[in-house]
Amino acid sequence: MSLSKDDVKKVAHLARIHVAEDRLDGLAGELNQIIGWVEQLSEVDTDGVEPMTSAIAHDLRWREDAVTDGAQPDKVLANGPATELGFYVVPKVVE
Amino acid sequence: MIENWAPSDMPICCAVGCAREVGAQLVSLGVNRYILAYDDEGSLRRKVPKMAYTVKGETGDWEVVVGLEVHAQISSQSKLFSGASARFGAEPNENVSLVDAAMPGMLPVLNAECVKQGVRTGLALNSKVNKRSVFARKNYFYADLPQGYQISQYEEPIIGEGEIEIDLEGGETKNIGIERLHLEQDAGKSLHDQSPTKSFIDLNRSGVALMEIVSKPDMRSPDEAAAYVSKLRSILRYIGSCDGNMAEGSMRADVNVSVRKPGEPFGTRAELKNINSIRFVRQAVEIEAKRQIKLIEGGGTVDQETRLFDPNKGETRSMRSKEDAHDYRYFPDPDLLPLELNDAYIEDCKATLPELPDAKKHRFIDDYGLSPYDASVLVAERETAHFYEKAAKASGDPKAAANWISVELFGRLNKSGVALVDSPISAEQIGALIGLIKDGTISGKIAKDVFDEMFQSSKDPGAIVEEKGLKQITDTGAIEAIVDTLIAENQKQVAAYRDGKTGLLGWFVGQVMKQTQGKANPGVVNQLLRSKLDT
Repeated sequence: MSLSKDDVKKVAHLARIHVAEDRLDGLAGELNQIIGWVEQLSEVDTDGVEPMTSAIAHDLRWREDAVTDGAQPDKVLANGPATELGFYVVPKVVE
Repeated sequence: MIENWAPSDMPICCAVGCAREVGAQLVSLGVNRYILAYDDEGSLRRKVPKMAYTVKGETGDWEVVVGLEVHAQISSQSKLFSGASARFGAEPNENVSLVDAAMPGMLPVLNAECVKQGVRTGLALNSKVNKRSVFARKNYFYADLPQGYQISQYEEPIIGEGEIEIDLEGGETKNIGIERLHLEQDAGKSLHDQSPTKSFIDLNRSGVALMEIVSKPDMRSPDEAAAYVSKLRSILRYIGSCDGNMAEGSMRADVNVSVRKPGEPFGTRAELKNINSIRFVRQAVEIEAKRQIKLIEGGGTVDQETRLFDPNKGETRSMRSKEDAHDYRYFPDPDLLPLELNDAYIEDCKATLPELPDAKKHRFIDDYGLSPYDASVLVAERETAHFYEKAAKASGDPKAAANWISVELFGRLNKSGVALVDSPISAEQIGALIGLIKDGTISGKIAKDVFDEMFQSSKDPGAIVEEKGLKQITDTGAIEAIVDTLIAENQKQVAAYRDGKTGLLGWFVGQVMKQTQGKANPGVVNQLLRSKLDT
């Protein structure tokens, strides 16, 4: 598997990371190296081995259904670049 | 105020539908070939060959194929992965924890109640509970999704395949396949009309637990789609896993519509997003099918896309604005381990289920002799079914109780906009009224007047009959006297009757009733008139 310059451009856009046009080739090269490195794992014979989802042998933790959080709009909004009337304010997202 | 339950240009919930290749697995389950017609007594009268729903185009008849994805908010106190309140209608950003706002380092912890309600719902939909399911991240960028991904379930949902029965016109039923049910987070809400250049974001809904229930593409008409949503809503409300309030958005449907010539493979489907009433589901299917047929017959092709149904304009419009919107890059959420359930847990969930609408419907048909149609109307809401059973028991005549409730009571409640819980007439009073008819105290006609009075005053029927002197005259002597006078005073009519105009009997009956203010026992009146006129 290898990434093209266009793939990198698309992935960057999906993640909303700005990458300058002249850096795309270099980044594609670096990412391909990483992919190649990880792909070495495919050499290992994993037939009959259950996929491991976590390093800890533990059940998923559940919590009781109770309201224990919230009622702190000031804290929630504190890091918003723009807020108004208790809302986050962002650039218009529909035409 | 324009509100977006889901991002308008990046639908949050179509990936499941996209993953399921159309046409790959059409399952047609026990579709009835006949409409069964019933008479007033609820007895089967005839079988009428069922006419499949088709839409006429210029090139012939088209069949409509519908599959639905319904999002149902789980009735829980707190959110799926945080302890913030899941309540509707709070001040903006009031019900938001730092988990919901996706602050760095915050971790999701699963709400046990949401798992339980998901499993109970799966069982109520006769579907397979998967003992192992996996939460996955569905990645997309949108202002009301602060995490940058929605935690959902993808390849391994909590509930797998099953089927439910839907009720159609004339007591007909059809089985509709369930593809899956999975748990996922709701997104926040964007308000677009507060400013010309800005959008306002409220995260109160962000992280609220949803069940996405995906049907198989088994529906073939607008009515079937509407009946499916009705039945789903009824089941969810019975078991209490969702309040089914479509107006508040706690239940909304994405409707997949395609058309084809009968017998041909499935056509390309369009997805109509976020439809929030059963009536709109029906309209949307109808309008979208017509659009697709016109498009295809005009030489065009249907795009697989997301569309918006506009009930005011009666049209659907394309919502797609970005071509790469559907690249969700699902992967298992590393913050959450797989969800594992054991048999004992599933059995415990099963034990908490009440009698479900279909089981109740069949019991009403078998035990009370109701028609399938009456039974399906009476079981749609749990409260109605309960009310009916109380009245049926109090009256000793279940069929009469069904008629009085579904015709007389519902008619008056609808007309005055009163809900059944606030009904001025109790189930016991309906039972008592039927008792008065049965023991001959009042006639069926007088009973309707008594019922009107009961609806006004909430008084017991016995008291009303007593107060107004409505007791039926069964004293043959009294009625006979009236009949004799009537015959003596109307010799012309008597002669006409005896000459063969036997239809005049009704006129005589009417006269007696008029003189007795409807209180004469109609059976006695008929019998007396006949015996005197026919000699």
